Amino acid sequence: MTDIPLLSLTIFLPLLGAFVILLIKEDENSLNNIKYVALWTSVGVFLISLLIWLQFDNTKPGYQFEEKFRWFSDFNFYYHIGIDGISLFMVILSTFLTPLCILASWESIKKRVKEYMLAFLFLETVMIGMFASIDILLFYIFFEAVLIPMYLIIGIWGGDRRIYASFKFFLYTLLGSVLMLIAIVVIYQLTNSMSIEELQGNYFTTNVQLYLWLAFFASFAVKIPMWPFHTWLPDAHVEAPTAGSVILAGVLLKMGGYGFIRFSLGMLPEASEYFAPMVMTLSIIAIIYTSLVALAQTDIKKLIAYSSVAHMGLVTIGIFVVNSQGLEGAMVQMISHGVVSGALFLCVGVIYDRMHTRDINFYGGLVNRMPIYATVFMIFMLGSVGLPGTSGFVGEFLVIVGAFKYSSIVVIGAASGIVLSAVYMLYLYKRIIFGVIENEKLKEISDLNLREKSILIPLAIAVIVIGIFPNIFIDPMRLPIELIISNYEIANGK
Amino acid sequence: MENNLINIFFVPEVSLAILAIACLMYGLFSKNNSFDKATNFATLSLFFLSFLVYFDFTTNFALFENFFSNTTFTKFFKILTLLGAAASLIISKNYFIDTKINRFEIPTLLLFSTLGMMLMISSKNLMMMYLAIELQSLSLYVVASIKRNSLESAESGVKYFILGALSSGILLYGFSLVYGFTGQTNFDGIYTSLSHLDKLPIGLVFGLVFILVGLAFKVSAVPFHMWTPDVYEGAPTSITAFFAIVPKLAAIALIFRFCLEPFNNFYFEWTQVIFFLSLASMFLGAVAAIAQKSIKRLLAYSSIGHVGYVLIALVAASDQGVRSASIYMFIYIIMNISVFAILLSLKKSDKYVEKIDELSGLSKTNPVVSVSLAIIMLSMAGIPPFIGFFGKFYVFIAAIESQQYILAVLGVLASVISAFYYLRIIKGMYFDEVIEGESFDFTINNQAKVILLILLFIITFFIFYPSLLVDIVSGISLI
Repeated sequence: MTDIPLLSLTIFLPLLGAFVILLIKEDENSLNNIKYVALWTSVGVFLISLLIWLQFDNTKPGYQFEEKFRWFSDFNFYYHIGIDGISLFMVILSTFLTPLCILASWESIKKRVKEYMLAFLFLETVMIGMFASIDILLFYIFFEAVLIPMYLIIGIWGGDRRIYASFKFFLYTLLGSVLMLIAIVVIYQLTNSMSIEELQGNYFTTNVQLYLWLAFFASFAVKIPMWPFHTWLPDAHVEAPTAGSVILAGVLLKMGGYGFIRFSLGMLPEASEYFAPMVMTLSIIAIIYTSLVALAQTDIKKLIAYSSVAHMGLVTIGIFVVNSQGLEGAMVQMISHGVVSGALFLCVGVIYDRMHTRDINFYGGLVNRMPIYATVFMIFMLGSVGLPGTSGFVGEFLVIVGAFKYSSIVVIGAASGIVLSAVYMLYLYKRIIFGVIENEKLKEISDLNLREKSILIPLAIAVIVIGIFPNIFIDPMRLPIELIISNYEIANGK
Repeated sequence: MENNLINIFFVPEVSLAILAIACLMYGLFSKNNSFDKATNFATLSLFFLSFLVYFDFTTNFALFENFFSNTTFTKFFKILTLLGAAASLIISKNYFIDTKINRFEIPTLLLFSTLGMMLMISSKNLMMMYLAIELQSLSLYVVASIKRNSLESAESGVKYFILGALSSGILLYGFSLVYGFTGQTNFDGIYTSLSHLDKLPIGLVFGLVFILVGLAFKVSAVPFHMWTPDVYEGAPTSITAFFAIVPKLAAIALIFRFCLEPFNNFYFEWTQVIFFLSLASMFLGAVAAIAQKSIKRLLAYSSIGHVGYVLIALVAASDQGVRSASIYMFIYIIMNISVFAILLSLKKSDKYVEKIDELSGLSKTNPVVSVSLAIIMLSMAGIPPFIGFFGKFYVFIAAIESQQYILAVLGVLASVISAFYYLRIIKGMYFDEVIEGESFDFTINNQAKVILLILLFIITFFIFYPSLLVDIVSGISLI
């Protein structure tokens, strides 16, 4: 088995699927073929990624499944991929959500189905590639290439203000990431190396670290997004088609958190220590401010989008307290948020497909007509709030434990966010699901069909599994996180 | 040397001069409209010459000693120029015939202009440099206004001529100052006579700045760019294609050689000028293009922006800078040839597409064309994984290596602004609602199709095997 380059296979299999789709001529009869090719490709990729998880050795802190080929003849850039405990679940999150997204778009996408599936498969390739890259240039290329399919997905299949949202998304995130490009070139000039693995540690002088850290921060803070760089997110989420929002919330936001762990903590520990109070402040502002903003929304998608910003604030707190509880909590929170927010967007998609509106006031009393929907929605809603037994609890709890070791003021901020999240999520749930049906149009609304069940039930299971058995997720990442923390502490003389 | 007389025909420039005259004679004396054959002849000659340059039978040929430099750098740029000229002839042939400006003078003049560019790239003497620049410019003035009955074409030709003549005058004045203060017209001579100086005398500073201004005009760097958008827009698209692809190469090669050869020791003086030119070009190119409605004007500003990026590599003033610039120019012409190959074949309701708005709905009717155009635009914006990213990346490597951090940071910021207008073209094709009843017509001749496919292949799949270009370029040096 070891001879098969499993990781490259997961990266490039979606491209192969895209190539097959490219060859299918789009017409009435072949539409289903296109969809099935996309679905089975992504399911195949998911199975391979599960295989990787099975073969993954929890006792190694470093990269596994490494593949390394020379890429440029004049510089030390390599096609160098591999995964460790931190990237493993990011990869699995991407491969898990993509087939669900394709399934979710089965009927709601009516125009240009072929291009849509191509965009999604390309997106899957670049997402997996980004998390699996060990070479920084390779990472950067995947990191930026994500913009292309996402721009098209928002711009072509989005809502009324899709053009505005797609341009804002593209330019905002591009602006962040180009500064990272300069930082990458500087790193290469200073060390003659592009390997994330080799550069873990403290290889730069404090002064250089500060500049590099800011450059990386510019790109990851926009991506994750942190307050006040989050303004692209509500627009992009609201205008994107359902599946686009799922990937955006589920995976793309995690690119920022992943980058913080790998680059900011891993390579620039002194600067991370220096800037940690700033990150904490921004995160606390984000948690409280965006929670309050979420409370005032009338658009369901916008509400969930703002809640994402608040949850990501918790992640950044967990990352920058730099202890094992905080980091593990941040990782679990990212995985959990990927599943939960993705699922919430899918839930919105379900009723949007039926009623074509996302206005909260339009709905009410859905439980009378859609009991199954109300149940799964409740699971996700509670996951988002962080009820014990759901995935959200594990992450939030660990982050708060970690934050206690750092400062109790931070804990107050973080904890108030959790309370507020309960407020806006329960309020949302009450307004949409409970009560009696007052709107005439809702009288005929139908419950989940088989396709929708097969999308939402795996997600609901995932939420509960992460909540009850968090160790299967935490075990593989324990050693890599210890490695980062010990490097960090050595660098800062602790 | 013994075989001087036979060898002389293998000097690419001599051979090109002969072929250009042959093309002219054939056109003059043939009874029928000879555009077709003259173009084929010119294209074949250009391919033949690129082989001649590549195999270089005349390494130690003494004929033009000291007037002429023959290095890996000049060779690389000459081959690019020749292939670029050939490609631009191929892609624009149909357009010429279709718009009835199929006159044999066009290929002939373009051959002469290419000859001028080859001499520019190689010139090692101020006199030679001036004559070469004039040879290429004069031919281009004529072709810019070749569409005699069109007001815009005539206007663009006259504009180009007047501003070009002005810049030539400034250039010449700079030459005379340099000659007056050093007593030399040869690059090596200037270098030696300056080598004992610690500081440039004020007269030479003036001379240097005048020459740089003249050259900046030729590469259309801001603030000497004013002619570019007007000429690009007014000239027939096929001529615009030539303008965008070929003369830039020669002018960039020349400005690199002029700065790095005679004035190499005084880089502090000229980098200040180039620094400004680069910065201004990047930002003006990015900002001014935003408001454009015409694709040709947009491409004009885009080319101004690209020149800004290449000049970053010049400010770096290093071997890596030279290599990065070579890579950038290679990538630049690839993208430009392919974008013009599409523009020159794309018609909407029997009119060639010239406005961005006219592209709406292209993705519905011609998905392959619109995907290609979208890829080229993303590549021009420097978005990975397409080839344009690597051009910018190499330029930034050169800049950082020479500690030009400010330029690098401002450069990437400008690239974000410029991404906006490249995205607008994609938006036009994909996002805008389609106006029914208008249909696109994409007719392209076979040779142009082959070129377009090859170039698109390179643009898309360069990432998988970058060493192919990198290996060629790694051997390049000015000396």
